[in-house]
Amino acid sequence: MPPVIRFEDVVKRFGDTTVLSDLNFDVAPGERVTLIGPSGSGKTTILRLVMTLEHLTEGYIWIDGKPLTHDRRDGNRVQLKQKEVAETRKQIGMVFQHFNLFPNMSVIDNVTEAPVHVLGRGKEEARERALALLDQVGLKDRADEHPSRLSGGQKQRVAIARALAMDPKILLLDEVTSALDPELVGDVLGVLRDVAESTDISMLIVTHEMQFARDVSHKVMMFDGGQILEQGAPADILSNPSHDRTRKFLDSVL
Amino acid sequence: MPAITFEEFWSWEAAANLLPEVLGAFFKVTLLVTVVGTLIAVSVGMLLAVLTQVAPGIIARPLRWVMDVIRMTPLIVQLMFASFLVPVTWDLLWVGTAVIGVHYSTYMAESFIAGIRSVDRGQWEAARALSLPQGRTWRAIVLPQALRATLPALGNWTISMFKDTPYLFAISVLEMVTVAQQAGNSTFRYNEAFTIAGLIFLAASLFTAFAVRRLEKALVY
Amino acid sequence: MTDNLEALRDALPRLGEGVAITLQLTLGGALVAFIVSVVFGLLSISPAGPLRWVSTVVVEFFRGTSLVVQLFWLYYVMPLFGVSMDAVLTGVIALGLNYGAYGAEIVRGSINAVDKGQWEGATALNMSPLTRMRRIIWPQAWVLMLSGYNNLLVMLIKGTAVALFIGLQDLGYQIDELRVDTATIFAYGIGLLLYYLIALAASTGLRALEKRARRRLGLSAGSVHASAGAAL
Repeated sequence: MPPVIRFEDVVKRFGDTTVLSDLNFDVAPGERVTLIGPSGSGKTTILRLVMTLEHLTEGYIWIDGKPLTHDRRDGNRVQLKQKEVAETRKQIGMVFQHFNLFPNMSVIDNVTEAPVHVLGRGKEEARERALALLDQVGLKDRADEHPSRLSGGQKQRVAIARALAMDPKILLLDEVTSALDPELVGDVLGVLRDVAESTDISMLIVTHEMQFARDVSHKVMMFDGGQILEQGAPADILSNPSHDRTRKFLDSVL
Repeated sequence: MPAITFEEFWSWEAAANLLPEVLGAFFKVTLLVTVVGTLIAVSVGMLLAVLTQVAPGIIARPLRWVMDVIRMTPLIVQLMFASFLVPVTWDLLWVGTAVIGVHYSTYMAESFIAGIRSVDRGQWEAARALSLPQGRTWRAIVLPQALRATLPALGNWTISMFKDTPYLFAISVLEMVTVAQQAGNSTFRYNEAFTIAGLIFLAASLFTAFAVRRLEKALVY
Repeated sequence: MTDNLEALRDALPRLGEGVAITLQLTLGGALVAFIVSVVFGLLSISPAGPLRWVSTVVVEFFRGTSLVVQLFWLYYVMPLFGVSMDAVLTGVIALGLNYGAYGAEIVRGSINAVDKGQWEGATALNMSPLTRMRRIIWPQAWVLMLSGYNNLLVMLIKGTAVALFIGLQDLGYQIDELRVDTATIFAYGIGLLLYYLIALAASTGLRALEKRARRRLGLSAGSVHASAGAAL
């Protein structure tokens, strides 16, 4: 089986600033990988590249062995058409730091919007599935309310249900608890632990919650200056880092 | 200033004679022009706003320039211009309404553009993360939020448009102030005619301002 | 086309006169509007209730009744009171009162938009209300006001075309005269372009003022076309 995500010689520059330089890594099907590192080390950019929210400066990203935004044809790097990109992107879901729920729609409409209008599912079918997902995140009784009436933690749980409603193969979690009050973090992480245990969705996780990273991920990658400093099993990296910089970083977040 | 008595200034009888005519013109023309003009301005304005945002620069830039010219030149002159351009058989009431609508569409477009820009970038990103098509993203997510942010401005432009309807005087459309002026011409009682017209404007403006505020409240998520 | 150009050349002196009338109305109207806006804007934030009410009534009255109605009132009704004014002066006063009422809202909004901490800071330094306004609040509000005034001035320039209604031979009138001898599109194309250039020049001038005011406050030169100007 090909890796579900493969980064090949990926370079990302914003103007003159190089955020990622010559990055290579694989994510195996069902694998959950946590990206750690100081801010500005390029972790979030990796997630945004996979979600095609940023333009890939150089290199290739392969999803399930297929090109995401750029393909190699006869040795040339070719940009894919919007349509082709959109087809691949349907398998990828993302949960954002600031939730990004649609404030003009009720909770349930947030969850059914994409299944109905992207996957073409029937309204009833989408609604039933959405209610099941909202039940899973403990918010079934809030289905008809507007997001503005929910707490941050509840909003983030709706956002998780919204991402799951698309049945993604890959889920990207971008600092999903960073904008929450400390007492609300536990609920959200609990829901995600549950998702991790009950599905085989591959995940790329950016977080500062080291205990969560230890519990749910198969692999931890430490980033610094746009490159992988070290990677390995969570227990190894988080308890016995081989690099001084990793140790310093872990001391600063724990 | 020589003192004049109230009786000299104001005749209730003259006012009562004028009122039906002026009020009739208000409902039949002024209000109609405002409502239809607003519909034109909102729909054309939204179209222009989206066009300037999604069209390539080679179309968007000249379009913005044309919008600027329309917005920065007098409506009265535009009305006269249009009245000479169209075939003589066309009803100038509708020509005037269209010109007023298009004139204000440039203002509404500016407000819409500001509203579109005020929609959080995260909304676009979430829509993309859910693979929503561009058209659906605009229709279901961006425009409803932009419209909400724009609503107070739209209300103000509507009031403004309403008070500009007397410009139709320039192309001899019998709107309320034109009727008042003509009635004044024939009876030499300008004061009652213009006072009544002014009071109707005032009442309608205050009413619209109030209605817009209510609508804003009703639309809070 | 040559006919058009010849007619334009012949009409140039009259067009010049028209532009002169339009500019008189613009400058006079802007001056009156500025004074009206500052007076009623300041009254509207006065601590004395009755002064605020007077300001509200006057501002809402002139904003709520149409410019054309006000113009006709001044032109046709004022003579009843024995006040007969020259038509240009009538236009200047009507424009000044109408746009001044809108301007009062800009003044009020801009002053209210100044950070509350600035009021408190000035009060903590024992400044008198007058000094506080003159030295601390006004210079900061001024930057915001200029952006609002910019929009308002363009509106006023467009509004000057009502002069036609009281028989003034302004730019709009002269264009209509020119039309008789040329193609409609030609005459009105020239006319709209002239209005556009006048508005553009006025707008650019105010933007330069705004930039200077921002620099004085140590702000970046970028202009904020925010709240103050939007609500006309």
